[in-house]
Amino acid sequence: MDCVVTGGNVKVLAKAIHSLSRIGDELYLEPQEDGLTLRSVNSSRSAYACFLFAPLFFSRYVIPDGHGFRCKMAIKSVQAVFRSLATLEKTVEKCHIELDGDRNRLTFTLHCKHGLLKTHNLSFQDSESLQAVFDKDSSTNVLKAQPRVLVDTVLNFPPSLEEVTVTVSNERVWFRNHVDQEAEPSKAMLTELCLSADEFDHFEVRAQSSVTFCLKELRGLLVFAESTGLPISMYFAEPGRPVVLSVTDSVLDGNFVLATLSDELGVRQQNSKRACTPPPPTDDFMNDELESYLIAMDTSIATGPSVPEAVLAPLLPSRAGSPPAKPDPRSTIHSEREEDSMEEEVEDLGRPPNKKFRSLFFGSVYPTGSPLSSRTMTSQKVLASDSEDDT
Amino acid sequence: MPLSTQSQTDDAQYILVASLDNARNISNILKAITFKDHAIFSATPNGLKVTVEDSKCLQANAFIQADIFQEYTIKEDSVGFQINLTVLLDCLTIFGGSTVPGVSTALRMCYMGYGYPLTLFLEEGGVVTVCKINTQEPEEPIDFDFCSSNVTNKVILQSESLKEAFSELDMTSEVLQITMSPSQPYFRLSTFGNSGNAHYDYPKDSDMMELFQCTKTQINRYKMSLLKPSTKALALSCKVSVRTDSRGFLSLQYLVRNDDGQICFVEYYCCPDEEVGED
Repeated sequence: MDCVVTGGNVKVLAKAIHSLSRIGDELYLEPQEDGLTLRSVNSSRSAYACFLFAPLFFSRYVIPDGHGFRCKMAIKSVQAVFRSLATLEKTVEKCHIELDGDRNRLTFTLHCKHGLLKTHNLSFQDSESLQAVFDKDSSTNVLKAQPRVLVDTVLNFPPSLEEVTVTVSNERVWFRNHVDQEAEPSKAMLTELCLSADEFDHFEVRAQSSVTFCLKELRGLLVFAESTGLPISMYFAEPGRPVVLSVTDSVLDGNFVLATLSDELGVRQQNSKRACTPPPPTDDFMNDELESYLIAMDTSIATGPSVPEAVLAPLLPSRAGSPPAKPDPRSTIHSEREEDSMEEEVEDLGRPPNKKFRSLFFGSVYPTGSPLSSRTMTSQKVLASDSEDDT
Repeated sequence: MPLSTQSQTDDAQYILVASLDNARNISNILKAITFKDHAIFSATPNGLKVTVEDSKCLQANAFIQADIFQEYTIKEDSVGFQINLTVLLDCLTIFGGSTVPGVSTALRMCYMGYGYPLTLFLEEGGVVTVCKINTQEPEEPIDFDFCSSNVTNKVILQSESLKEAFSELDMTSEVLQITMSPSQPYFRLSTFGNSGNAHYDYPKDSDMMELFQCTKTQINRYKMSLLKPSTKALALSCKVSVRTDSRGFLSLQYLVRNDDGQICFVEYYCCPDEEVGED
């Protein structure tokens, strides 16, 4: 492998690595015919990110013949190569990535101003291919926005906020901080932003829905998108199915796949008289958004079981063996709970309750037959987001 | 002027008196050598030399010439004492060490002689603080016996280019290896960390290289933990001279320009870590 990145593309590469570092601890690197892929996945496998840099991104792109070469390495060590992001643009003229097969080293050489040459020889491990299974085309909802729009939106949330809930209707999108079930209701603060469809470059909502996912990874992608000025597309369908955030350019392609909270939480929250997925307010309440929204919420609680169908629907079909949907959400949850405790008794120990992110399915990560592969099933539930451990 | 009236009468007893309009000019340069509490002060008619040592392997010297001070009186050929540097720095910045232009702490530093405390009069905005810091028996600084006649290799670099390298150094590496050579790679800094190794090469014709005098290829390793404190001096400096002698001892000399444009020097000596074996 022998790649050369020049000029502004060095910064793009560096930013991509920095945004991947928000996901996991390891960087998976795979040079392929159609470009260089950089991937990362978090430890709970609820977030995955992949960048593909097309051969045209490089001023030289030569990959090894024969069998595919893949490796993984500590993302920190690659980050160290591009440590000073601020000065990178001014100082680095050329970045040369080369594989030294004999010494098992991946060499990053930065040619800097004043003739300074920085060479980093990084050790790596062979790795299996890392690939999340996701399908953007099956998403019912697609939103595309300039990075600025999302950056300004996310800025309103405190840095400590872990998860954000995105609710879409035909004309609008709501971003709301996700309040943990455990949180003291009197101390919880709800921040909500509403963006109208015309803030977006593309707005396609075929099914109203509401998904909750981790903010940390989105922030990581935003840093990348903002510096490259690329619009972000968001693909999602229903709670529990991953949301895909992607940036695309003629020479690069980035996809962040994040697990979303499965929906039973939403219903539970409704039960405990807290907001999660109330019906989006209608146009009549244009002028008094939040208040009308609260009114709408109140009514839905008062009427109890009459939770809108859009919220309840995705709850059950994905789980085989669940009892058929009942009008009363209480009973539904009850049965789900029982089932959980039977299925995952061991894993339940010490698991934070009500935080059920579905793991993404990584088909070929583990060789078949390994004890892990049987556990990594599409419906596997993950303890919680990775971001929890970090903060 | 509260400072002058207050101390006028006592002046005769002091064997050393040094005054400075801006205490930051001395506190900054002392910060560049603060990695151990104890500092040896030796004053001569030429100025003040402050020495800090670590593990008998590292020595840092700050040179503050007599003409940096507005007043500098010494009644003996040489005056020496040891003092707690951290305490001294705390006193020098007792008014907060403000960096606002126009606001500065005036300093008058007096020493009566062996066994007496070092007395500091500090004044800012009409408020005077008097600090007395006990002095200790001065130790003899280690003689690294580094003389310019034994220097094998020498380069002078603009600090800017080294600052970048030092800020990025892989701190998981136990040593910093310095290669100086009349041929490729000329001047190289290398680290050997957990995730691999890294080299920073400076060509001899770089704009950052002000002087390149290397006669013989030398590869020496120095403990990262020992060199780490020198980054404080590097951060303040505008030029740095890197020299190694025939034994592999390292001398780093930093040229520091203070707020008033005057020049001071900070110097670090460091022993090589060990003979370089196979890589």
